[in-house]
Amino acid sequence: MIVESASGRWEPVIGIEVHVELETKSKMFCGCTVDTEAEPNTNVCPVCLALPGALPVINERAIEWIARIGLALGCTVTPDTVFSRKNYFYADIPKGYQISQFDLPVCADGHLDIEVDGVASRVGIERAHMEEDTAKSQHAGDGGRIHTATSTLVDFNRAGVPLVEIVSRPDMHTGAQARAYAQALRQVVLALDVSDAKLEEGSMRFDANVSVRPEGEPELGTKVEVKNMNSFRSLERAVDHEISRQIAHIESGGTVIQETRHWDEADGRTHGMRTKEGSSDYRYFTEPDLPPMHLDEDWVAPIRAALPELPEARAARYRQMGLEAGAADVLAPASPRARELFESAVGAGGDPRQVANWLVQDVTAWLRKADTDLEATPLSAGHLVELGRLVDDGKLSSSAAVMVLGHVLAGDGAPAGVAEANDLIQISDAGALESAIDEIIAANPEEWERYVGGEQKLTGFFVGQVMRVTQGKADPKLVSQILRDKA
Amino acid sequence: MSAADLSIGGARAALDAGDLSAVELADAVLDRASATEAQLHAYLLIDHEGARAAAVAADEAIAAGTAGPLTGIPIALKDNMVTEGVETTCASQILAGWEPPYDGTAVAKLKQSGAVIVGKTNLDEFAMGSSTENSAFGTSRNPWDTDRVPGGSSGGSAVSVAVGSALGAFGSDTGGSIRQPAALTGTVGFKPTYGLVSRYGLIAFASSLDQIGPFARDVDDALTLFEAVAGHDPMDSTSWDGAVPDARPTLDAGPEGLRVGVVEEMNGEGADPQVLARYREVLSALESAGATLVDVSMPSIAHPVSTYYLIAPAEASANLARFDGIRYGHRADGETVEELMARTRGEGFGPEVIRRILLGTYALSAGYYDAFYGQAQKVRTLAIQDFERAYEQVDVIAAPTSPTTAFKIGERSENPLAMYLSDVFTIPSNLSGHPAISVPAGTDDAGLPIGFQLLAPALGEPVLFRAAKAVESLMGVSARPRLEEVAG
Amino acid sequence: MPIEIDVAHVARLARLSLPEEDLARYGEQLGLILEHAAAIQGVETEGVEPTAHPLGIVNRFRPDEVRPSLDRGVVLEQAPDSTETHFRVPPALDAS
Ligand SMILES: [Mg+2]
Ligand SMILES: [Zn+2]
Repeated sequence: MIVESASGRWEPVIGIEVHVELETKSKMFCGCTVDTEAEPNTNVCPVCLALPGALPVINERAIEWIARIGLALGCTVTPDTVFSRKNYFYADIPKGYQISQFDLPVCADGHLDIEVDGVASRVGIERAHMEEDTAKSQHAGDGGRIHTATSTLVDFNRAGVPLVEIVSRPDMHTGAQARAYAQALRQVVLALDVSDAKLEEGSMRFDANVSVRPEGEPELGTKVEVKNMNSFRSLERAVDHEISRQIAHIESGGTVIQETRHWDEADGRTHGMRTKEGSSDYRYFTEPDLPPMHLDEDWVAPIRAALPELPEARAARYRQMGLEAGAADVLAPASPRARELFESAVGAGGDPRQVANWLVQDVTAWLRKADTDLEATPLSAGHLVELGRLVDDGKLSSSAAVMVLGHVLAGDGAPAGVAEANDLIQISDAGALESAIDEIIAANPEEWERYVGGEQKLTGFFVGQVMRVTQGKADPKLVSQILRDKA
Repeated sequence: MSAADLSIGGARAALDAGDLSAVELADAVLDRASATEAQLHAYLLIDHEGARAAAVAADEAIAAGTAGPLTGIPIALKDNMVTEGVETTCASQILAGWEPPYDGTAVAKLKQSGAVIVGKTNLDEFAMGSSTENSAFGTSRNPWDTDRVPGGSSGGSAVSVAVGSALGAFGSDTGGSIRQPAALTGTVGFKPTYGLVSRYGLIAFASSLDQIGPFARDVDDALTLFEAVAGHDPMDSTSWDGAVPDARPTLDAGPEGLRVGVVEEMNGEGADPQVLARYREVLSALESAGATLVDVSMPSIAHPVSTYYLIAPAEASANLARFDGIRYGHRADGETVEELMARTRGEGFGPEVIRRILLGTYALSAGYYDAFYGQAQKVRTLAIQDFERAYEQVDVIAAPTSPTTAFKIGERSENPLAMYLSDVFTIPSNLSGHPAISVPAGTDDAGLPIGFQLLAPALGEPVLFRAAKAVESLMGVSARPRLEEVAG
Repeated sequence: MPIEIDVAHVARLARLSLPEEDLARYGEQLGLILEHAAAIQGVETEGVEPTAHPLGIVNRFRPDEVRPSLDRGVVLEQAPDSTETHFRVPPALDAS
């Protein structure tokens, strides 16, 4: 992963920090609802507003869920761990410190496997620690830009929402790898059912640490933290841009300084942020309001035992069931309902490839067009099995099957009935087709001569004619068979 | 005699017998406050209406036969205890005008018990001090000599109990802030085992050291007050979730057979000779009454003040970071939110608070953490181990409470270090989280009260109260200050 | 020897805006206090665990249950500046 430039060969080094908001019922340290959509400042209490005298209490489910994430990433759960105070002042930090973790994160030393353009690699996970989210500010005033803003409005609904920070090792080298890592991590989080991990709503956010060094240099270059990417695409773009910027900067005689830069989606560049001097001394110390946690094997074992199958393992299993890699990769991390339909349909005798193709392509396309969710449709595993049987029995053509599927999704009924009602059943009665074929042969004597004479490509012509007069209901295989028999 | 001079036990008997109504008692206490406040300034806020309403409700409960030990008893609260709808300031400009939307757990328990909350008492700003001179709203004065401090930081609570503007009061003790003012005002002051009283709703100074506790006129009353607020609180993760040790059954068991530790390193060296003489007098009284004195050594508590003045300010520097002018309290102008915060804090906090925030910030900062804060936490471990070894040999430890009697107002305010050394005998049990109590042990030649301190292991409240009651019985309940000198 | 400290830097970390002359005085006082506090550096603490919590308790968790929040009107009433719905502050210097 070397970038060649005018003056030499450079190795970019990238590490990613991901923040994931957990979808627990209540906040990390208080009983307020986790609902960032709510009316501003309605899910607030003495604890998350940092009123004088209030004290935090740990939400056990959040700790179970971060352990779940860590275990899924192959991390060890730290048996003796504590919360720490990370001290810094900001309007969005109500206590003047964030309750976070310092040298004893709940989870450490894991990994996540990724693949870019067929090349697999393993990204180390340094740690996953538990912390709390900040409040949300919005700039009021003209245009919302900082230099024209007259004031900032603060909403504390998000303050104290459980937040897991997952820190990778600097094992990536391209924007595409950074993107693949973030996407794979999102699939893991979704599979664990601990967060909706919505990028656009900020329930999953990432920062990238980017540095470059001359090829072969053992020391890492100075790293720059890039923030404000809110899609996978912008993560990839921002990382690639920052790599080029650093190389160009060094080549023009500059030195990379350790700083935080802000990605601007509109101009496709990163920009340095103004920061206050001395703001990086966080003075971490053990949170005296929260006793230590002792997460021994007895505590961890039930969480480990209840881990669901992860996308990677599931995709491998699906491939073994005969799915093509593409379909397996799409279906493995798909919605739980889609996987449930697939697995039960196959369990009831459905053909894995056929069912997977319907789900991955046709059902997905129909849902997108209808702007609805699978859960909102009556489609059942039984429907998929029945549809497969109709195709196998020659009663439905594959295109008719897709039409039937659409009707089933729309709630018009079960496949056989829907096919019947919409007159989509194939004519697979040789007798019924024979008279139609005879009429067409009679009407096209010249073509028939040539076909009989061995001109195979005319098969298509005759099948097409039959399909036309039967309005597409003829079984094309059967038509060719009859044609062959007659010739 | 006014009803304001009754003990809680005495008032309880009179209320239950119908010889006194809760409203009469509340009026007597409020009258006493009116007569003394101009001179003493024990209170930052007196809640006349709230107190009368609570007294009326208490009389109903008494009539209905549902009264508990504190029903109808006028109580004062240090103004770092959060009270719903009643201004809570911590004696700081930065919190002036704040009306909390909730009650702290101890406050809620007191309200449920039917206690009559008279008002909020004065303190050193954010409980940082040993004299109550650091209050942003004026110092409190010692009723035994109004030119002198009442001690601190819970000085107002101590004064209210000493003069009868409350029958009992609550304070908080981080480095001696209950016991030292109790000693200086001739009252009983008790710091429970860390975690026995919920800190939820106690405005934090140093989280790992803070503990709410009572002031009372006698040991019995102190126990009654403690019992009303003790117990596990799911809102405070550091609160003890086992049973509260019951000190009642052995309260009157007397000194016989008690092993009383006399610590080489806390034997009163550096203390005022009269304080020392009184300390030794109490020890011999205990010995004559059947207790055994045992010499113990605790070498690691050699630096209690240094350890404390690194740990407490460090925790405080974070605890006080929430006072930023955004959600409540004082706000200064600023072009940017950063400027607003810095100015709000610079002008809202008083000098002692700023001094400690700076000290704590420094002790935690990059490059100094290991040498200061980190080292202090390790020395704290050694101090705890010293105590544990000592309690293998003794039931309780005896020490003076304060090295001196009440000092003159202004005498130490220019020298922070001298002020900090006032806490040398009280700090060790905050570091260890152990319970400790100060009981009156007479007065010096100038008529100023002297306190005698007892310490016990964690959850050792039963033996501590037994020993305290024994000292009280041997020495007699102290005289009260002469009110004609302080009543206006 | 009193310890010399960069009190202006410490004040910045603590978000305290203080007049120059006060800073100098605090610097001197802190130097003297720290000189006294530095005595603990002579205590042998090799292998000693730090104490952050005086009680040896662990795993104090709460169940993931919702409790009532505060009324917004009551909360915003205590704020030095607010709109009907939000706390209001001047813009941040380091925002962008
Ligand atoms: Mg973080
Ligand atoms: Zn809350």
